[in-house]
Amino acid sequence: FVKRLLDDDTLEELEDELIAADLGPAVAERIITKFRETSFGQNVTSEEIRATLAHEISHVLEPVAVPFTPDPEKKPHVVLVVGVNGTGKTTTIGKMAHQYRQEGKSVTLVAGDTFRAAAVEQLQVWGERVGAPVIAGKQGGDAAGLAYDGLKRATEEKTDVLLVDTAGRLHNKNALMEELAKIIRVMKKFDDTAPHSVLLVLDATTGQNAIEQVRVFQELVNVSGLIVTKLDGSARGGIVVALAEKFKLPVHMVGVGEKAEDLRPFSAQDYARGLVGEAATP
Amino acid sequence: MSKVFEGLSRGGKLSESDVSEAMREVRLAMLEADVALPVVRSFVKNVKERAVGGEVLDDVSPGQAVAKIVNDALIEALGGAGVVPLNLSAPAPIPFLMVGLQGAGKTTTSGKLALRLAGRDRKKVLLASLDVQRPAAQLQLQQLAEQVGQQTEGRVTSLAIVDGQQPVEIARRAMETGRREGYDVVVLDTAGRLAIDEALMDEVRQVRDATSPAETLLVVDAMTGQDAVNTAQAFKDQIGITGVVMSRMDGDARGGAALSMKAVTGAPIKFTGSGEKVSALEEFHPERVAGRILGL
Ligand SMILES: Nc1nc2c(ncn2[C@@H]2O[C@H](COP(=O)(O)OP(=O)(O)OP(=O)(O)O)[C@@H](O)[C@H]2O)c(=O)[nH]1
Ligand SMILES: Nc1nc2c(ncn2[C@@H]2O[C@H](COP(=O)(O)OP(=O)(O)OP(=O)(O)O)[C@@H](O)[C@H]2O)c(=O)[nH]1
Ligand SMILES: [K+]
Ligand SMILES: [Mg+2]
Ligand SMILES: [Mg+2]
Repeated sequence: FVKRLLDDDTLEELEDELIAADLGPAVAERIITKFRETSFGQNVTSEEIRATLAHEISHVLEPVAVPFTPDPEKKPHVVLVVGVNGTGKTTTIGKMAHQYRQEGKSVTLVAGDTFRAAAVEQLQVWGERVGAPVIAGKQGGDAAGLAYDGLKRATEEKTDVLLVDTAGRLHNKNALMEELAKIIRVMKKFDDTAPHSVLLVLDATTGQNAIEQVRVFQELVNVSGLIVTKLDGSARGGIVVALAEKFKLPVHMVGVGEKAEDLRPFSAQDYARGLVGEAATP
Repeated sequence: MSKVFEGLSRGGKLSESDVSEAMREVRLAMLEADVALPVVRSFVKNVKERAVGGEVLDDVSPGQAVAKIVNDALIEALGGAGVVPLNLSAPAPIPFLMVGLQGAGKTTTSGKLALRLAGRDRKKVLLASLDVQRPAAQLQLQQLAEQVGQQTEGRVTSLAIVDGQQPVEIARRAMETGRREGYDVVVLDTAGRLAIDEALMDEVRQVRDATSPAETLLVVDAMTGQDAVNTAQAFKDQIGITGVVMSRMDGDARGGAALSMKAVTGAPIKFTGSGEKVSALEEFHPERVAGRILGL
């Protein structure tokens, strides 16, 4: 490999690469400043530069790399899945259900998106695919009531995991966010510890707006962890570094495709490597 | 952002340092707004060249002068004033092809376009889903068509779903049905696909070749980050784009992806989506989006 000096020009190039990976200009600058302190002036190969930079970034991500495991004591462990429109909530529920079914757990799904055309049918297809019953009501019906019914039934049947789908909603729409808070309130009438997890699904293609998404969803519905989807695309998902710095919320899983198996635990190292353009281990 | 412009020193002509300082802030604002880095670079370079040495009128501060140059340049880069209408001049049935990444808003936008065409323009519109990937995708479009049909005295319908048919076959059947049943427009909604998915990009190319769309509309989420350039480039190179629709402008994203899209594809941004309802489609107004991108 060609050795090169880690000089100002190289550092600027690296900073630009981080910006182009969606870390945002401020976070990219911070990371490069830190990197400069430790590695400036060394004569290293570009492979080494990337590896060291990935290492630096994985320090930021390490604390939020928390695997997601449903609590076996809870029957069911209730997971509410939320996020803005089209990020991959329903698909991720299908993938999670698939994983838990593979592990021999019983899973029930709640078709809480009663708004979007064919949202119920979409989840029903997933339910059939993975072998999980789907609690569904009618289009335009009350999602909170449905979640309550699902929780009641899953409790009676001692189901291991209850995954509640919700309609996509933009965080700046108060009425829609209030509906989400209502789903939680109504579930608590049956079990005041529910939901045990509130997972916010983010699209890796999203830029700086993801920060506002996390801030508002966390404030209004107490998000417990994040899932990042669509990492199989060309988007690098660098906003997760900014999110890790700012909110310190666990990042549980990443979506890497549209099929049932395309869900992976979040790995700080792999993610950091992907960000600096090193192939992550598949 | 507006503070920066006020801070510039007064004088007859805009000096290099006045402009450079302001443009550093403009660069940052644009990056924060998710304009893609290469697009930011060339924008900043162009505006600098245009601004340095420019006369400052007596009644405006140098800051205001730069701000105006930046804003004007941005509006121009977004396509300039005036709306670029849909191409409805092809012989009926006119095919429209909807493409984009997964979850961008293609199916919903197809429904919105149908409502607009059937309502304002009193066209008879056939909606056809070529999405054999996503569960219940065809049903989603069918339900949207029913909804829009009710609002337009039945001028919008969806192509009957035939299980097992592949996208190119569905597209051909849609065009035949359109011809036979006297439709004015056939909207071909496709499955979401990654720009790097060669097989699926090839498939949509085949659909294009089989139907020769009058419009190929790339639907893009307004929250998109830096990857906008990759998406724009790939769809432009591999399929060819005649227009862009920015969805989810009802969010609070600054929407810099709009500029990236225009810069890379050269295609006009024709519409913005402003909600989940089928009525939530607006013509694109560059001057509104320019201010939003700059955070002014
Ligand atoms: N390539 C890729 N596509 C994905 C991934 N996850 C979801 N998708 C696709 O993204 C699109 C939207 O996914 P959905 O699961 O319907 O998203 P959603 O958040 O439920 O959408 P709404 O309910 O409409 O808000 C679909 O085409 C999915 O197949 C992923 O990890 N990679
Ligand atoms: N708030 C808002 N939501 C929108 C807008 N356009 C689409 N959506 C929502 O975004 C989500 C995804 O929309 P779809 O039309 O299913 O997206 P798609 O591109 O067809 O998705 P795939 O076919 O899976 O690739 C749905 O929840 C829509 O209701 C918009 O302009 N504003
Ligand atoms: K990626
Ligand atoms: Mg959904
Ligand atoms: Mg679709």
